[in-house]
Amino acid sequence: MSRAARALAVAAGVAFGTALIVYYIVSYLTVSPPVVAATGSKPRVHLTLQTVASFGNPPHPDWVSYLARDPHGKWVHSTVLRVPAYSTVDVTIYQFDTATGLRNPFWGQPRGTIGGTINVDGKTFNVLNPDLASHTFAISDLGVSVPLKGVADNAKNQCSVAPCTLSEAHTTVTFSFKTGKPGKLRWQCFVPCAFGFPLGFGGPMQSIGWMDGYLMVQ
Amino acid sequence: MTTIAGEPVPRHGVRIFAIWLVLTAIAVPLIVLVLGPHLPPPHMTVESVDQRNANIVMTALLVPIALLVLVYFIYSFVFFRETTDAIVDGPPIKGHAGAQLLWIVLTSTIVLALAVWGSYTLIAGAHGAGGGQGPDPAAKPTGYQHALPVQVIGQQWEWTFRYPTYGGIETRDLAIPEHTLVAFHVTSLDVTHSFWAYELGVKADAVPGVDNIAYVNPRHTGLFQIRCAELCGLWHGHMSKKGRILASSAFQAWISAAQKKNASIVKYLPKYSRVYYPAPLRRAG
Amino acid sequence: MSATPIAAQPPVWRRLIGFNMLTGLALGIGGWFLGAWIGGQMAVGHPYLQGTDQNDVGIYMGYLFAVIGWLVGLGFANYPIGRLLGRAPSLRHHETGSWTRYFRLCTDHKVVGIQYLFGVGIFFFIGGLNAMLMRTELLRPVEQAWPASQYLTLVSLHGTMMIMMTSAFILGPFGNYFVPIMIGARRMAFPRIEALTFWLVPAAGLILLSAIAFGGIATGWTGYAPLADEGRAGMDAYVMSFILIAISLTLVGLNLMATILTMRAPGMSWTRLPIFVWSVLATSILMALAAPVLVASMTMVLMDRAANTSFFVASVGGSQYLYENLFWFFGHPEVYILALPGFGIVLEILPVFARKPLWGYRLAVAGMLGVTLLSFMVWQHHLFVSGMNAGLRPFYMLTTELISIPTGFIFLNAIGTLWRARIRFTVPMLFALAFFFNFLIGGLSGIFLSDVPSDVTTHGSYFVMAHFHYTIVGGLVFAFFGAVYYWLPKMLGFELNETLGKIHFWLFFVFFNLTFFPLFAAGFLDMPRRVSTYAPHLQTLNIFVSASAYVIGLSMLIFIANLIWSLVFVRQPAAENPWVSRGLEWQVPTPVPIENFDRIPVITSGPYEYGVPNAPPVADFAPGALPAAGR
Repeated sequence: MSRAARALAVAAGVAFGTALIVYYIVSYLTVSPPVVAATGSKPRVHLTLQTVASFGNPPHPDWVSYLARDPHGKWVHSTVLRVPAYSTVDVTIYQFDTATGLRNPFWGQPRGTIGGTINVDGKTFNVLNPDLASHTFAISDLGVSVPLKGVADNAKNQCSVAPCTLSEAHTTVTFSFKTGKPGKLRWQCFVPCAFGFPLGFGGPMQSIGWMDGYLMVQ
Repeated sequence: MTTIAGEPVPRHGVRIFAIWLVLTAIAVPLIVLVLGPHLPPPHMTVESVDQRNANIVMTALLVPIALLVLVYFIYSFVFFRETTDAIVDGPPIKGHAGAQLLWIVLTSTIVLALAVWGSYTLIAGAHGAGGGQGPDPAAKPTGYQHALPVQVIGQQWEWTFRYPTYGGIETRDLAIPEHTLVAFHVTSLDVTHSFWAYELGVKADAVPGVDNIAYVNPRHTGLFQIRCAELCGLWHGHMSKKGRILASSAFQAWISAAQKKNASIVKYLPKYSRVYYPAPLRRAG
Repeated sequence: MSATPIAAQPPVWRRLIGFNMLTGLALGIGGWFLGAWIGGQMAVGHPYLQGTDQNDVGIYMGYLFAVIGWLVGLGFANYPIGRLLGRAPSLRHHETGSWTRYFRLCTDHKVVGIQYLFGVGIFFFIGGLNAMLMRTELLRPVEQAWPASQYLTLVSLHGTMMIMMTSAFILGPFGNYFVPIMIGARRMAFPRIEALTFWLVPAAGLILLSAIAFGGIATGWTGYAPLADEGRAGMDAYVMSFILIAISLTLVGLNLMATILTMRAPGMSWTRLPIFVWSVLATSILMALAAPVLVASMTMVLMDRAANTSFFVASVGGSQYLYENLFWFFGHPEVYILALPGFGIVLEILPVFARKPLWGYRLAVAGMLGVTLLSFMVWQHHLFVSGMNAGLRPFYMLTTELISIPTGFIFLNAIGTLWRARIRFTVPMLFALAFFFNFLIGGLSGIFLSDVPSDVTTHGSYFVMAHFHYTIVGGLVFAFFGAVYYWLPKMLGFELNETLGKIHFWLFFVFFNLTFFPLFAAGFLDMPRRVSTYAPHLQTLNIFVSASAYVIGLSMLIFIANLIWSLVFVRQPAAENPWVSRGLEWQVPTPVPIENFDRIPVITSGPYEYGVPNAPPVADFAPGALPAAGR
């Protein structure tokens, strides 16, 4: 091989290797669940979510997860939610998981909702027995923290594969909160509900798209 | 000074010392008087003032050392450089016992003085300087028995606060009264966090199963920033909020409002304890 | 000298299917699937493994078998199996003269040195790429470019990769290549172990990179438990790669120690030992004593994750202090594993371009040994606010500040050496001098951190981050590039372009300082480490830092361009001793012959006798009266 040919081969090899590594890393970095917009329009919109005990599908069939319903009524495996700024957001969460109990019972009190209350299966509560909580829906930056009552352990017809349907055992939690200025807020669940992980807080509890998400206030 | 091969050698040492002296004489007053008041942390508590003073003293002491080395190096680049392309050997000086001894004595003195002074301020002067001292503090401020205990609970990913002397209520917001010694009892429910109240000059790791105590003496009212300073998982960067130092009366009003808000949940809260070992460890079924 | 004639080369395709990197990769991948399958069988009946979609046992077994496959594929099993079958041991070096020897098991210390240079270098640049991507996220105070979990993975990958790779940044390439030559030996004490230490490095690097495919790492390079217990499967990659690197470092330390202690040429007394070799000796002591502790702490994390033990879970009797103490008992000597070789390099380079003897040689040795000793007594300064026994804090404050005394010796050596010197500002000299500027700032900022009242604010903030980047990048990495420009003409036989070298230096030096000096302020102004969201008023500062960091990245591209340009395009053969150095390594021919010396030289003089009237040459290369072989 001539010197020039060898030189070009080396340069091309280095460039190719670099491109491969950049692609490997950046393709990982840019993975994010799809954005699900709230239905309705400013100043009052509606979000519909569900929580499932195990997602039932790849990549993690045994992980607990949130799902969101998009404006076409389709359930999307995502926790990135878009709501308008300076608006009231009505939230309905269909809760299909059984109770785990809160690590810090403090989160059993609904906070940051309009009226400081939540509605569980048609009844209004200003506190939930922390042991009955299955998950929470908490947007810390807005002060919102809502405990979600779990399905009884012995309930019949429990959901096994997401998305769950309303014919299966569930509780329905509704509440409203107000958004402020635009921004990218985080939300999460405070119940250590990740099965099998030390402290119950690994896996889905630390993964966006499962029990953590963003609230895009726009 | 000496001559080499009949040529007079400039008094490099004296020159370098003179340049350094002038620069130091300019730099040190500037550091103490101009930069000093802007050094962190802000002066909201007695402890943060102690920390700032430590920062001022150390900056004023270390900048001259840095200047000495820098002046020497730059001087040598200018005067000891080879100006021709030829490779010519310099004078074969292999060492100087006196200079080495002087250097060792000087650096040791500075270092030991720093250590003694640091230990003194830590234990006697600053009473722990706002740092977490573990369950059994070695440096206790006077009147620590009467300090207002405030428990700081780190959890993934939020801070909550309990006031054992006010019925063990728990809050999302932190408020402390001014001119009152406060004892932060920092603990965690899951992994290691670190409670950092910047303007208060407080940092204490929140460790599960450990009651990490930090004392602080608020000097005046105002807002302060709370952050987490130990990587604790996904939302580590979001564990921040504002705390408040309130006047005594405002604090009383705030705490009664908080008690009222807590009324419905307080019966579910565990009895106040220095540490918590909450279940579940691993979620079953 | 063993006069084995070089055999005719077999055709390339024949060489590809022998024991080399390709077979190593193939067997490694095969081993992964075998191990993962075995781990899957082991997990049956353990819901904490099966129910998490993350069978840690399977992952660990996969990695374990992959590493075994990798090493067998490279040919590490050939020798022991051959001995078992009663074959005579062969010490012949592999295929001298062929480029393929760089891609296979080779026990020639010079080949291993070059393998290290490029192997570690590639991972170093991947770590640097992560830093660029991190700075992109930090352009705005809110999360924007990458989601939080991916950002944390970037932070962890950058930190872990850099710590792992820079641990052997100087000892790997230059220690392996030059220590035997500098002490007048023909090889290292344990050549097969030497090859093993290198081939563990790419295995560890690739395993660490595989963390991306397993959900990433959320703990930073410190991997604090119990957060590490909770972590996703990427954490297993972290644990496994750190174990491999720690094994490699321990073996590097033992090998270099044995080499330096036992294989010095006649006349190479302790006071004639090049200062770089002294620094390697000090570092190898640290490696051999500290790295095993890392294996211990990582194994505990492994057990917590895979076998459901609870070393670090407080509610069932564990303690995270166990992790923190074990980790920092390794971690603090580790930072001197990073710093000491840098001291050695700059003190090796200074006399050559100051044309003066190294001033205060014994003081430099004392400084390095003092740092070695003290570095085992300071680790709890990482735990000042952790709630450790508060009464111990003054002790650790004292020991931490004491360590600045021996470090100060190195500065005095430089000051003395530059005194009335005839400095030539070559590229290696520029890097060596920049080392002192950066390390001065890095060292003095460390005093703030050692003082507990000051540390309360600076602990865990960007101040710490700026401090250790000043010591590690400003110190070690600058020393590394100094060594590259200084020794590459001997190692590879070609000159590097000096203009490009100077551009690389000035861009790197200026923008390194513009990147990290403002970060001291960021730390002072309430910016914690490892966050992707920060106070909005710090945005201007962060944009400035990111922009400067990109220029550092650019300077590294210029370095790579220089390498390719000089080594592949121009190929200007280097002179045998371009710097007119007295070092023994410069007295041997370029390229260095297969066993370095025809006869073991007799050392007749120290390596820094510049300007000493009637100084004898550094060694007698044809000592007629002495036996020709052996040590």
